[in-house]
Amino acid sequence: MNIDEIQENIIQSFDEIEDWMDKYQLLIDMGNSLSPLDEQYKKPQHLIEGCQSRVWIHASYKEGKVYFEAESDTVIVKGLVYLLLKIFSGRTPDEILKADLYFIERIGLKEHLSPTRANGFTAMLKQMRNYALAFKLS
Amino acid sequence: MESKFDVASVRKQFPILEQKVYGQPLVYLDNAATTQKPRSVVKRIEDAYFGQNANVHRAVHLLSQQATEAHEAARVEVQHFINAAESDEIIFTRGTTESINLVAFSFGEAFCREGDEILISSMEHHSNIVPWQMLCERKKMHLKVIPIDDNGCLLFDEYAKLLSPKVKLLAITHVSNVLGVENPLRQMIELAHSQGIPVLVDGAQAVAHMSVDVQALDADFYAFSSHKIFGPTGVGVLYAKRNLLEQMPPYQGGGEMIDQVHFEKTTYNKIPFKFEAGTPDFIGTAALAEALRFVEEIGLDKIAEHEKQLLDYALEKLNQVKGFQLIGKIPERHAIVPFLLKGIHSYDVGLLLDKLGIAVRTGSHCAQPLLERLGMDTCVRASFAFYNTTEDIDRLQAALNRIGNMFN
Repeated sequence: MNIDEIQENIIQSFDEIEDWMDKYQLLIDMGNSLSPLDEQYKKPQHLIEGCQSRVWIHASYKEGKVYFEAESDTVIVKGLVYLLLKIFSGRTPDEILKADLYFIERIGLKEHLSPTRANGFTAMLKQMRNYALAFKLS
Repeated sequence: MESKFDVASVRKQFPILEQKVYGQPLVYLDNAATTQKPRSVVKRIEDAYFGQNANVHRAVHLLSQQATEAHEAARVEVQHFINAAESDEIIFTRGTTESINLVAFSFGEAFCREGDEILISSMEHHSNIVPWQMLCERKKMHLKVIPIDDNGCLLFDEYAKLLSPKVKLLAITHVSNVLGVENPLRQMIELAHSQGIPVLVDGAQAVAHMSVDVQALDADFYAFSSHKIFGPTGVGVLYAKRNLLEQMPPYQGGGEMIDQVHFEKTTYNKIPFKFEAGTPDFIGTAALAEALRFVEEIGLDKIAEHEKQLLDYALEKLNQVKGFQLIGKIPERHAIVPFLLKGIHSYDVGLLLDKLGIAVRTGSHCAQPLLERLGMDTCVRASFAFYNTTEDIDRLQAALNRIGNMFN
């Protein structure tokens, strides 16, 4: 599946749910299913600091593809991390850099993209693209 | 007429409380961050802009005279509200933060030298920390911090030990913005004064919840914000004793604060104008006066009683919530319930409460050193005003129960 097909799948699974709290329940379940990040990567150089929550992210590059591992201290942000990894991990730098991430708005979680410092989500997206660019140029 | 506090009729004065968010009636429990405005305050702003707008203290025309009278009447209203000795001791600023910065600059210039100390406490808002750090850096001084116990109560004996001739000022919050704990100001100020040390009180979290008498407290400076007492944003108050104000240099230069301006030498206006450079927010100050009248009409004793009942009810109900952990076991708490839900990040709690129509604050509440001292990064804070009801608490309790179940 390409990036847009995965986005459509995600949108569909959220669209099937009507109640807001149930949408968040799905996000929480996704967050809880995210594998924990290896402790060695939970260091300041991998940290994206938000005002209220923190995200750690680690990227590696194998055979032309970027692999991400990440974790957050809040379960809801972890759910968002889970979705981003599903979309981006294992993609080529070009796929990541060209991707138009529309799913967040479509599933009604746009507030997480606000430029406030409340969570590290927007910064995490930027950081993933930075990694992709760095690997592409390396 | 004998008036009984009737929360339902009071709420009618706050149209914002009638709205729904995410399809749920709004429960607003973020009053320590900012309060909602009654109709009379917003009407005052509208009336002023549509009928009375002209710059103050300058022109001879009628509109300017009316605007000036309203602005100066607001000063008198504030004077009476906190029982200052005279209205010249009331300086209008943009908020508590600016009031404290003004003192940190002007008091610092007049009274502080290298090696001197400023004393604050561990429970201060960043606004009552950073201006003093800046002063200390500018003057090569030292910032000393009064410790608190594990519950968040100030350690009075430790405070007494920190007082010395080097201390030039004690800057202390009246009520903690995170814990709601009230500091023993009378005893603290008496002790500071016995050693000749003046005291600044950050009253941001106190004025909307209790009757404040700056003369009875014998505070040398008292700062608060209009927006936390049902008035407009962008207006603040600094009360200061006349003798101190007269010895302090101006904070900012410009119009209004001058007496005579010549390129060789400028002389400054008398207080309070010496500290009010530029056109003041004269419409905001008139609206603040309206807010203070609104509070006085209800009566701070009735407000305090209602909020105490709400607080007791909240603690009883919330303690029944699985995993509810109240932060700080303190004897005298004002209108604030800080808490954690065991095993759930406060960001997640706040976000889901929002989806259930309940506005609270999460995070470090601009008091990182305090949270660090209590061993946490963030917490959830529910804070009340007189328009909150026991139904609001019931909604909060039900929502927390529901959220707790989502994570198990």
